[in-house]
Amino acid sequence: MSALVAVSDLRVSFVTRRTSVDAVRGVSFTVREDATLALVGESGSGKTVSAMSILRLLPENAVVHPASRIAYRGENLLEASAARLRALRGRDISAVFQEPMSSLNPVLTVGEQVAEVLRLHRRMTSRAAVERAAELLAEVGIPEPRARLRAYPHELSGGQQQRVMIAMAIANEPKLLIADEPTTALDVTVQRQVLELIARLRERHRMSVLFISHDLGLVGELADDVVVMRDGVVREAGPVERIFHAPQDPYTRALLACRPRLDARPRRLPVIDDFMRGRAAAIEPLARPPAGAPALQAKQLRKEFRLRTGFFASRALVAVSDVSFDVSRGRTVGLVGESGSGKTTVARLMLRLLEPTAGEARLDGTELTGLKAAELLPLRRRIQIVFQNPYASLNPRRNIGRTLVEPMRIHRLGASEAHRYERARELLQRVGLPADAMQRYPHEFSGGQRQRIAIARALAVEPEVLVCDEPVSALDVSVQATVLNLLLDLQESLGLAYVFISHDLAVVKYMSDEVLVMRAGEVVERGTPEAIFASPQHEYTRKLIAAIPRGYEGRYSESRA
Amino acid sequence: MAAVLDVTPENAWTALWHRLQQDRVGAVSLGIVVAYLVMILFAAAGWLARGWSVEVGVPYANPAFLGDRPNLEASLARRFEQKGKVPDLRDVDPLAPKYDEWARRTAELKSTEPERSMTLPWGGDRWGRDVLAKAIKGSQVSIAVGVVAALCATFIGTLLGALAGFYGRWVSDFLEWVYNVFTSIPAILLIFTLAAVLRSGPLAALFASGIWTVVIILAVTGWTGMYRLVRAEYMKHREREYVLAAQAIGASAASRMFVHILPNVSHVILVQLSLLVVAFIKVEVILSFLGLGVPVDMVSWGTMLSEAQTELIIGKWWQLAAATVFMAIFLTAFSMLTDSLRDALDPKLR
Repeated sequence: MSALVAVSDLRVSFVTRRTSVDAVRGVSFTVREDATLALVGESGSGKTVSAMSILRLLPENAVVHPASRIAYRGENLLEASAARLRALRGRDISAVFQEPMSSLNPVLTVGEQVAEVLRLHRRMTSRAAVERAAELLAEVGIPEPRARLRAYPHELSGGQQQRVMIAMAIANEPKLLIADEPTTALDVTVQRQVLELIARLRERHRMSVLFISHDLGLVGELADDVVVMRDGVVREAGPVERIFHAPQDPYTRALLACRPRLDARPRRLPVIDDFMRGRAAAIEPLARPPAGAPALQAKQLRKEFRLRTGFFASRALVAVSDVSFDVSRGRTVGLVGESGSGKTTVARLMLRLLEPTAGEARLDGTELTGLKAAELLPLRRRIQIVFQNPYASLNPRRNIGRTLVEPMRIHRLGASEAHRYERARELLQRVGLPADAMQRYPHEFSGGQRQRIAIARALAVEPEVLVCDEPVSALDVSVQATVLNLLLDLQESLGLAYVFISHDLAVVKYMSDEVLVMRAGEVVERGTPEAIFASPQHEYTRKLIAAIPRGYEGRYSESRA
Repeated sequence: MAAVLDVTPENAWTALWHRLQQDRVGAVSLGIVVAYLVMILFAAAGWLARGWSVEVGVPYANPAFLGDRPNLEASLARRFEQKGKVPDLRDVDPLAPKYDEWARRTAELKSTEPERSMTLPWGGDRWGRDVLAKAIKGSQVSIAVGVVAALCATFIGTLLGALAGFYGRWVSDFLEWVYNVFTSIPAILLIFTLAAVLRSGPLAALFASGIWTVVIILAVTGWTGMYRLVRAEYMKHREREYVLAAQAIGASAASRMFVHILPNVSHVILVQLSLLVVAFIKVEVILSFLGLGVPVDMVSWGTMLSEAQTELIIGKWWQLAAATVFMAIFLTAFSMLTDSLRDALDPKLR
């Protein structure tokens, strides 16, 4: 097969007033016609910059090295005029981005937006364009496409929004579709549907897809060729079979290994560092303590939110209903479910950041619900939370030292201020960060490091129970493993009880002793992780299990056959 | 000991100082604002521009650099003085016997007619007062009024906005009503009403001294914009995870409001504060022009500008120039300073 786009020796740097950062340092790859190429790497590896260079959708301060070359059917796009690029964008080469909500214009209807692409490049009449838009929406699997033409983006779910984005991208039968992490913001089951849609459309329209992802497991299911990138250089490139069955580069091997496996439960997850330094990963199985007296109990928790529907009228929205579980010291209860399933609400109810409508949360037998603020304060010390988004959960205006010392000051831990700073330094060491982090601000750290800081803050008051609300969902797969290992280390040494919340069944299976599958505020299935995986009872659980990316083994085309 | 000091975070103000120094525009603006403040302090202490009300020059004295410019008004006045010799009325005046007593008592009083100079450094006004001294003394009043009133308005707006945004529900509803009442009355009408109450009502005696009335009027009418902005910011921030995290570690509501959220919305407050200072100095000018501002025995940029209006017709431009230049430099420097302050307080923009 011939090459559609050939990128050779691409170098891109970002120039700021003081410094210049080389984001891409000599990257070459080829997108073949009628095939899928996947660019895989952690955030900051330069994968998005490399792909967006093709469309020349780069920030103002990006400088492309003059020796770089991007050939689209022999034409060097880096030298193409602005008019030529406009003609190519959306017609020959189109793109789908990560956040469907912010990629669609919120004040225009879906129909107008899809029709616009058609009118711009095909000079269709309005009527014909709307007609075609309806066909496109039907093709990407949106129910009642004609009615949906008049819908605004906020009236659609995240998955439907992404389908609309895809409809716009394929409207002009492009030769190349660039999909930049198109499923990262979506729920796992929706991710599966969107992946299948992209694979099906690619086959039907005989186009090429450049798929960008941080998840090698996901990529293995639909890519023909894989390019693994790190720090702006290509670590390994080749056909997908070879990448999965005979990876040459230690980094590729590490990426393949660091995702929790469904068939094994090693004591610690292998991390990138192990592979890069040639260290052997732990293979002995994870030992779990037996259940003891419950440290934290949830009893028939229920939470309703009142939605105002009229001047006096309101309607109850049940976010959580009848959720009960016990967790004893050293053990973990996992809550799994998609967005809107009420997992986060449960977490906030346990911390009493929200008041339950009914039911109770007990810490060591003491009921938390109904306590006054002053009575609650000493108990707050014993139960802490780690939030999902490490970019939002740290106060951007205070340095790490102040962030870590504040909880100790509130609970009067430590003899003096100097003592507390001493302890804050120990905490940083404990979560694997250098002591000089004390004076730095959250934005100077990567996502994984921030999550470590958030964990350190939670540990500052020596809690017994830690509620982890999607602690690794915002992190790259490779960073995920290190944070999960840290949580396991801390649990072993401090005997913490965890409530572990995630939408990723594989992660929950690895971490938990008991799993609760939640859907629409209710627990639909519960049991040990092994039992749930061996024989899922509820249909929804089966759907979740099927949605776990399985890499090359779970290839879309084979699974369909 | 050194090790402990190493990890103690840098004092926020020291850090701010270091960063302001790196920002050249900020440093220059800071210098100008500090220079103004020093000037005001000196003026308030009486070391500078003490004699602003002394008629040291001839009417409309020329600026020193335009010394040979013809001064028609001054020569007219002098001619009038020379002509104005009082005719002897001793024979017809029934009060004639008192003349001697008056003459004696006049002799007792020390009356010094200062040497009126033909030129002054930056010219003179209608009475021959030094315009430069007036501008310096006027800065004291105008800046004090503008800055103090803006700080008061910011305080009211931030406090109410924080309460409304953070607590929501009935607190917000109630404060919204108050806000609506204040904004539904036309601003100038509200100012007039307050001026009437404060100047002649039962409170009049309390604020007899003058500029406090203006400060109160401006603060009470000017907090509404700040309130709206701060309320919106607090509504946005109270749901953020870092605030929930603070709640989870046991931080009180007050601590979350003013220790955690306030620094994160400070940029909005600072920008609005600088706009308020500029706006209030301008409103003070309008109020003084209308006779509701500073008392007649004081000078402000506003009174200078209102005098300048008539002077300009006869070509005496220096009072207008002095007030405008003083005002423009200060307002520009102050805006730039708050802008740099905003940047310096943002840890992301080091």
